[in-house]
Amino acid sequence: MKTRIAAVLMAGALALSACASSNPLGSASAAPSGSPTAGGATTTLVVGSQQYYSNEIIAELYAQALEHNGFTITRQYQIGQREVYLPELQSGKIDVFPEYSGNLLQYLDKTSTAKTAAEVNAALPAALGSALRPLTAAAAADQDSYNVTKANADKYGLATIADLAKVGDSIKVCANSELEKRPYGPTGLKNDYGLNVEVIPVEDSGGPLTVKALKDGKCDTADIYSADPSIASNDLVTLSDPKALILPQNVVPVVSAKVNEQAAAVIDKVGAALSTDELVALNALSVAEQQSSAVIAKGWLTAKGLLS
Amino acid sequence: MNYFTQALAWIADPENLHGDGGLLARSWEQIWYTLLAVLVASVIAIPLGYLVGHTGRGRGLVVATSGAARALPTLGVVTLVGLIFGIGLFAPMVALVLLAVPSVLAGAYAGVEAIDPRTKDAARSMGMSEWQVLTKVEIPLGLPLLIGGLRSATLQVVATATLAAYVGAGGLGRFLFLGLKTQDYPQMLAAALLVMVIALILEGAYELAERQAAQRLRTH
Repeated sequence: MKTRIAAVLMAGALALSACASSNPLGSASAAPSGSPTAGGATTTLVVGSQQYYSNEIIAELYAQALEHNGFTITRQYQIGQREVYLPELQSGKIDVFPEYSGNLLQYLDKTSTAKTAAEVNAALPAALGSALRPLTAAAAADQDSYNVTKANADKYGLATIADLAKVGDSIKVCANSELEKRPYGPTGLKNDYGLNVEVIPVEDSGGPLTVKALKDGKCDTADIYSADPSIASNDLVTLSDPKALILPQNVVPVVSAKVNEQAAAVIDKVGAALSTDELVALNALSVAEQQSSAVIAKGWLTAKGLLS
Repeated sequence: MNYFTQALAWIADPENLHGDGGLLARSWEQIWYTLLAVLVASVIAIPLGYLVGHTGRGRGLVVATSGAARALPTLGVVTLVGLIFGIGLFAPMVALVLLAVPSVLAGAYAGVEAIDPRTKDAARSMGMSEWQVLTKVEIPLGLPLLIGGLRSATLQVVATATLAAYVGAGGLGRFLFLGLKTQDYPQMLAAALLVMVIALILEGAYELAERQAAQRLRTH
C-alpha cells in the first residue's frame, strides 16, 4: 500500500515537473526557423505583445503588415511583464515586439542617464545587446503624463508641471502606488519643479477610477498615459514637462536576428505612419467601440495604404 | 526561501514598521476594515437569517440571492461602485459586505433551522410566544452555527480587504500593489504574511468564542 501511494505521488510529481518545464511558448519555438530567404515567404516570425490593449494593437499592425508582405506570423499576445517576455525575445522565441523606448532602456540599463528621446534611442542598441536590435522609433509616444481638469487649468492658469505650484503648497497626485518609487514621481517633482507631492494611490494605471478621482477633486493632478483616449474624452489638460523629467516612451519595435532587412523595412513603414494622435485614435477604437485589435489594425493599415 | 527571509527582514525593519504608512498602521486598517465589513454584514444578515429560519419562508430566494452575491468578482464590484461614488473606503466596503453577507446569513438561518422541531414545539406548548421561542430557544441554540458563519465570513473578508488599496483606501494591500508593480517581491510577501497572521489571530478568537458557545449550551 505504501509503495503504491509513493508511486502515485511520484507520478504526480513527475507530471507537475513536466508541466513546469514545458514552455508555454513551445509552439512558437517549434515553428520552422527557416533562414531568411530573399523573398521572405518561408520565414515564420513570432510577434509578441504586452498585456496592454494598446500594445497589442501595435503588435497587430506589425503582424498584418508582415503577413501582407508574405511572412508567416505566429502571434503571442498578452504576455504580462517585461521580465517575462524579454528573456523570450533574447532566446529567440519571439522575433518582433513593440516596446516603449524609455522604460525599456531603464529596464536594461538602470544607470542610464539618457533623458531626451534622441538620447534614449541612441542608447538602446548597446543596451539590447547582440541578440536583439531596435528598429526606428515611431513618433508615437505613450508615456506617463500629468493631467489636470480643464476647469482647474483655466482657474489657476496651468500649462506646465511647474504651474502646479499655483494650486497650493502640497499637491495631490492620483496614480498607481509605484509612482512613489519612480524617478519622475515625488522625488523628481521636488528636485526639478520644487513641488511637494503626495501620491493618492489608485491602482488602475490611469484608468477610469483615476480619471473619476481627478474630476471629483480628490487630487490636483493625475498620472495618465499620454496615448489614453480618456484625456481628450474627459476634457483633461496635459501639463507640459519643460525639464524633461518624464522619460520619453516612443514606440520602438525590438526585433531578433531572424527579422531580415525586408521585414524590418515593412515594420519601419508602419512605425513611420504612427504618430501619437494616430495611436490615440487607434486606442479610442478599442476603448470606445470595443473593436478587436485585428479589426482596428486592418482598418488603419488599409487607410494608410500599407496593405495595397 | 530567500524571499521568505527577505520578507521577514522587511517586516522587522523599523522604517517599514512605524509611521503613517507603516506596516502597523496598515495592519490596523486591515483589521478595522474587516471588522467593520463583518459588522455591517451582520446587521443586514442576522435578522434576515433569523426571519428565514424562524418562519421557514423565503428560504429559496434568500439562498439563491446570497449565493449569487458570493459569486460576484470583488474587484469588479470595487471598480463599479468606485466609478459611481469615487475613490475611498466606500467602494471596497460595499464589496466586502457583499462578500460577507452570504456566510453570515447561512450561519444565522442554518442555526435556527437545525434545531429539533420538537424542542420548538415544546417551547410553544409551555406557552412561549413566537418572540420568546426565537430569543430564548432558537437564537441560543443556533449560536454555534452563527459563529461558524461569522468565522468564515471574517476569513474571506480579511484576505479580500487588501483590495481596499485599489481605490486608495489603504490597508495591507498597499504593499501588495506597490511590491507587484516595482518587482519588490519581499515586500509583497511581507504583506501577505501579515494578512495571514491577522487571519490566524481572528481564527483563534473565533475558536475561543465557538468553544464558549458550545460550553454554555452543554451547561444549560
